[in-house]
Amino acid sequence: MSASPHIYDGENIPRIMWTVVLSLIPAGIAGAFIFGYYCLSVIFLCCIASVGTEAFILLLRKQPVLSTIKDGSAVVMGILLAYTLPPSVPWYIPVVGSFFAIAIVKHSFGGLGNNIWNPALAARAFLQVAYPAVINSDWRILQHGIGNLVHSITKVDPEGKLVDAVTRATPLAKEAGAETYYLTQLFMGNVPGCVGETSVIALLLGGAYLIYKRYIKWYVPAFYIGTVFVMVIVLPPRMVTPWANNPLYHIFSGGLFLGAFFMATDMVTSPLTKRGLIIFAVGTGVLTALIRFYSGYPEGVCYSILLMNTATPLIDRYTKPKLYGARAKKG
Amino acid sequence: MMTRVKAPLKTFLGGIHPAEDGKILTLGKQKTAAPLPKTVYLLMGQHIGAPAKPMVKKGDVVKKGQLVGDAQGFISANVHASVSGKVVDVAPWPHPVTGVKCPAVVIENSGEDAWMEDLDVASDVDHLSPEEIRHCIQSAGIVGLGGATFPTHVKLTPPKDKTIDTVVMNGAECEPYLTCDYRLMLDKPNEIIQGLKLMMRCIGCKKAHIGIEENKRDVYTIFKDIVSKDPAIKVDLMEVKYPQGAEHQLIKALLNREFKPTQLPLEVGVIVVNVGTAFAVYEAVRFKRPLIERIVTVTGNGVENPQNFLVRLGTPVRQLLEEAKLTADVNKIIFGGPMMGIAQGSIDTAVTIKGTGGILVLRDAQRWESHACIRCGRCVDSCPYGLNPSELSIVCEAKDFDLALDNNVMECKECGCCSYVCPAKRPIVHLIKFAKSEIAKRKTKG
Repeated sequence: MSASPHIYDGENIPRIMWTVVLSLIPAGIAGAFIFGYYCLSVIFLCCIASVGTEAFILLLRKQPVLSTIKDGSAVVMGILLAYTLPPSVPWYIPVVGSFFAIAIVKHSFGGLGNNIWNPALAARAFLQVAYPAVINSDWRILQHGIGNLVHSITKVDPEGKLVDAVTRATPLAKEAGAETYYLTQLFMGNVPGCVGETSVIALLLGGAYLIYKRYIKWYVPAFYIGTVFVMVIVLPPRMVTPWANNPLYHIFSGGLFLGAFFMATDMVTSPLTKRGLIIFAVGTGVLTALIRFYSGYPEGVCYSILLMNTATPLIDRYTKPKLYGARAKKG
Repeated sequence: MMTRVKAPLKTFLGGIHPAEDGKILTLGKQKTAAPLPKTVYLLMGQHIGAPAKPMVKKGDVVKKGQLVGDAQGFISANVHASVSGKVVDVAPWPHPVTGVKCPAVVIENSGEDAWMEDLDVASDVDHLSPEEIRHCIQSAGIVGLGGATFPTHVKLTPPKDKTIDTVVMNGAECEPYLTCDYRLMLDKPNEIIQGLKLMMRCIGCKKAHIGIEENKRDVYTIFKDIVSKDPAIKVDLMEVKYPQGAEHQLIKALLNREFKPTQLPLEVGVIVVNVGTAFAVYEAVRFKRPLIERIVTVTGNGVENPQNFLVRLGTPVRQLLEEAKLTADVNKIIFGGPMMGIAQGSIDTAVTIKGTGGILVLRDAQRWESHACIRCGRCVDSCPYGLNPSELSIVCEAKDFDLALDNNVMECKECGCCSYVCPAKRPIVHLIKFAKSEIAKRKTKG
């Protein structure tokens, strides 16, 4: 005997998680094409390490191991972490990062559903502090992999000068001499960047599928990206290259699409209600633009989402759903 | 060329569209009279309020329609013999909804099936005063047949300070699987409208509004025809959405009036009646027939021959299920629909009561392992009452009843939308029911 209701719709956590995995595949393929097959090893390592850590911690916590691993949340976390790493990272970075994400960020707060921060982003922030050289500057050009398109990219700056070497981590680099890229290049993703963040079109494809499946809400990426767009128009130009002050250039660069469609929409670490989510998305957009424009970092997606994760309980408290009929009106 | 602009269907915010509709099983099944039961078990508490008092004793001979349970107090309802025969016992019997034992009159059917004198006679209704109508309804033991079983005569006695301007009649039948109201509306539309008019006269209300879900367009057309010359009664199509037939959602959709979940429709000048109730009222006032039978949808994949039965109250459920060819591997028998129905502990003690609109038999009712909430927000979006089921389920699970009260746990109507959509398969409604009963216990303890 059990309480009503006696029927359920077909949704369950494993289905959601594996659908997210599916929707992340285009960006991974794009990454492998752009940066070389080594990317796939980074993704694979992250997944293995996070699933392994998950199993280990579940054993320690005396919780069912197999059924929890099958739900796919550790795999999603692994892929997301890999997508935020430079394509050429040494093997230990994915392992350490995954361990940190699963053991510290996820399980020390109670496991799936109870973590405060997005595990992948928190791990990325941790790695940035722990291994600044690897994450920020030591970007070796990938030599292996037949899909290595980076070398064949012909970059032209706004003056029409040909630029050949890939030396910067992101099109948002602020140093003098940083390159700029065509919008179409940014859109397709053949620009320097992290494993899974550069191809806007691949991310859009996956994101659109998740919106269609109703696993993420369209207004989160829309308000997030929209806010960054507006902020670039509103804020005084800051980027060294004038072309980079174009709002379109900004939203197509860096990790914004990855963050907006796959990180800010993380159910666990974002608010519950529509109003809350819109506040969250706008806040993240404002912070991203401010970090990009006024901080020492070229990119602000990671930290802005983490900061808004922190604010989520507060947002939830002030955006409680309104009790039906509380403002009773007589029609 | 003329273009017809299609008006959007009336509805409310939130709710769900169950994929598993199940109505198709019995949609085309005309009502058939179930064979008369050998024995009926008439529970004295078939309504909300005080149970009736047994008026007969073991060995008494009763006729069909005879009063066997006398209403106790204002919120209570009479119970009548549903067959003629001999009272073989007056003893407690398990209640199919509350689960606890309740006094019952057990009658062995003599097969005579003869009405009590003075009953089943046509009478002229035109000269009846509101009080006389109310009296007829009260003595016939009519309760809300949509499932809530609130005594109808009480509903038709609104407090003096409230003016009722509209009677809303519920023809939504939004619970999946159930088609008893649909079949009744097809069979007896004129009688239903007559019953509705009697209730309007009873409370001196000039307007009525009938809401029908869009999947019952045939019924809509029939009703539209009947009331075409009567501007006082409006009929509207509503979106097919659960819980469209719940009082709040019905009134929101038809009249755009809102009131709190714990408030009654009379707060906004409305009385809601079910089509089944309207028909029962017509039968009681026009023919002096007390409420002794109703249509019950017996359905689900656990019966080979799903049916709409005309069933005498107190009929053992096993008999109905056998009539519908019960399969061997059934794992859940539910009184009511799949969204709010009550799972039965025993097939052998379950008997039909006034509020039994359906008996749903499932052979593959799944039991899901529940996980931690992943805060997806689907429950919040689906809750038609503006609650936060996610938060409620967590605080109820932690037995933090003060926090549950802060989160309006008492305003929950247990419609089940949140549990239905939950991907973590959290037993949200179950936890809320548990918290409510604990809070009630705490209150009585002082």
